[in-house]
Amino acid sequence: MEPARPPDAAALPAQAGGGPTVIDATVIDATVIDVRKLTHRFGTFVAVDHLSFGVGRGEVFGLIGANGAGKSTIVRMLTTLLPVTSGGAIVAGYDLVKQPGEVRKHIGYVPQLMSADGDLTAFENLLLSARLYGIPQREIRPRVEEALAAMDLTPFARRLVKGFSGGMIRRLEIAQGLIHRPAILFLDEPTVGLDPAARHAVLDHLARLRAETATTILVTSHYMEEIEELCDRLGVLKEGRLVAVGSPAELEARIGPGATLDDVFAALAGEEAGPAETQAYRDVRLSRRAARTHG
Amino acid sequence: MSVSPAAPPARTAERPARALLYSEQIFGVCAAEVQKLHHDPFELFTRAVQPVIWLLLFGEAMARVRGLATGNMSYIDFISAGILTQSVLFVAIFYGIAAIWERDLGILHRYLVSPAPRSALVIGKALSAGIRGLSQAAVVYVLAGLLSVAISLQPLHLVLMVLFIIAGAALFATFSLIVACLVKTRERFMGIGQVVTMPLFFASNAIYPLTIMPAWLRAVARINPLTYEVDAVRALMLRGGTSSFGVGTDFAVLAVVFAVLVAIAARLYGRMGS
Repeated sequence: MEPARPPDAAALPAQAGGGPTVIDATVIDATVIDVRKLTHRFGTFVAVDHLSFGVGRGEVFGLIGANGAGKSTIVRMLTTLLPVTSGGAIVAGYDLVKQPGEVRKHIGYVPQLMSADGDLTAFENLLLSARLYGIPQREIRPRVEEALAAMDLTPFARRLVKGFSGGMIRRLEIAQGLIHRPAILFLDEPTVGLDPAARHAVLDHLARLRAETATTILVTSHYMEEIEELCDRLGVLKEGRLVAVGSPAELEARIGPGATLDDVFAALAGEEAGPAETQAYRDVRLSRRAARTHG
Repeated sequence: MSVSPAAPPARTAERPARALLYSEQIFGVCAAEVQKLHHDPFELFTRAVQPVIWLLLFGEAMARVRGLATGNMSYIDFISAGILTQSVLFVAIFYGIAAIWERDLGILHRYLVSPAPRSALVIGKALSAGIRGLSQAAVVYVLAGLLSVAISLQPLHLVLMVLFIIAGAALFATFSLIVACLVKTRERFMGIGQVVTMPLFFASNAIYPLTIMPAWLRAVARINPLTYEVDAVRALMLRGGTSSFGVGTDFAVLAVVFAVLVAIAARLYGRMGS
């Protein structure tokens, strides 16, 4: 990452804590993730600070930010893994805090770390997911085969996952996350630790998924070119707050002519100057571990 | 907060469907564990070494001590039931390690983001410990047969035996899972595992009868679920074996303890991902 440039705060419209910038009425009607003042505290440290944003149906929404900015914490809250300290969200039409069970039925999650079991075959991994999600017995087999085919894993269905490449594991994990045809797919750093070829394969599959199913996707990433390629809109996080929300082009235009998303990142999400308390250590450890298991 | 809602008041028509789904989720978790064993059965063989050592070395030597009041059965008969139970216990008690391993890898999260009730996840894992326990039991049966232990092969005894092995293994695997949820790291778990397993084993009727114990130890043994497991195994495994508490009582004790442990584990397991 480039060294942070001094953010020109005055030039930017204030976004912190606010809702999404420009949303027309049709999108509001079809909001599938509606985050309202969502907050998470680890002890006294506020990892996610009164965050509000919306994601429309079929939209691909990206979250970018420095290590420790709160990306994973948001995803883990929205997927019911982490308790909400205050505030809340409506996810796929259900209240995150009051109806976590219903939320779980309608979302898929591909965590940064491994979610495929290396000691099982690809087929068995998908079988397990299908059974956990309560897919009716007679539909299980066709669904598993469909999921394998969608991620181009059919020839490897009967092989143990521990022999897979990092990219194949990620594709299998995406297949696992999609087997119940969720309304929303959460992807936490889906390409961390992958080589460029594997990364492109994963991105191509996600683009295809998008074109064919219109699944809503919330994705976090450190790779700006990937955010640019995938996302309709993105939110820039800094210290647990959204400092900007918009389409890649909008955010780039805000920085100046010829700006790239890397410039947006540097200007808005730029790394801490001082040793402020963050979750950065935890985050770095997590992504290194994810890189190790998938690389 | 992340504890899944217990079945909300359902319309009666939904109940059978929900029960079916629940059992399919349990089956899914258990089947995955069995598939893993099928891919790599090596562990089953290494695990089988321990009961062999206990029976051949400890059992054969102690059988020459005639001072243990084992009633009308020989000591090798007496201890083979204890060793069978012990080997099932040892397989089950390290189940928590696997849970911590899955948490570190991230696999745990796939379970926790799924809509499967946490209790179904716990029971599924616990029952798979029962399957491992059965393979241990088979080893002990063969070995005990070779040592001419008076093994009962009555079908009813065998069927009940399978039931007790699964119940015992599931119970201790769940206990182990609770410990894992509390300590959260492998190092701490290994330490606790030793501290817990040995007293469970020695404060039971596995290798000596309750009657030779000092009163305080006997009191501890009476509240140790392992004692009830051994009691039933002794009655079912051996020709002319008898139970002190009654096999029905033994099963009831194990079932109640298991249910309580599942309730606790389901709560803790749900929070293990945060």
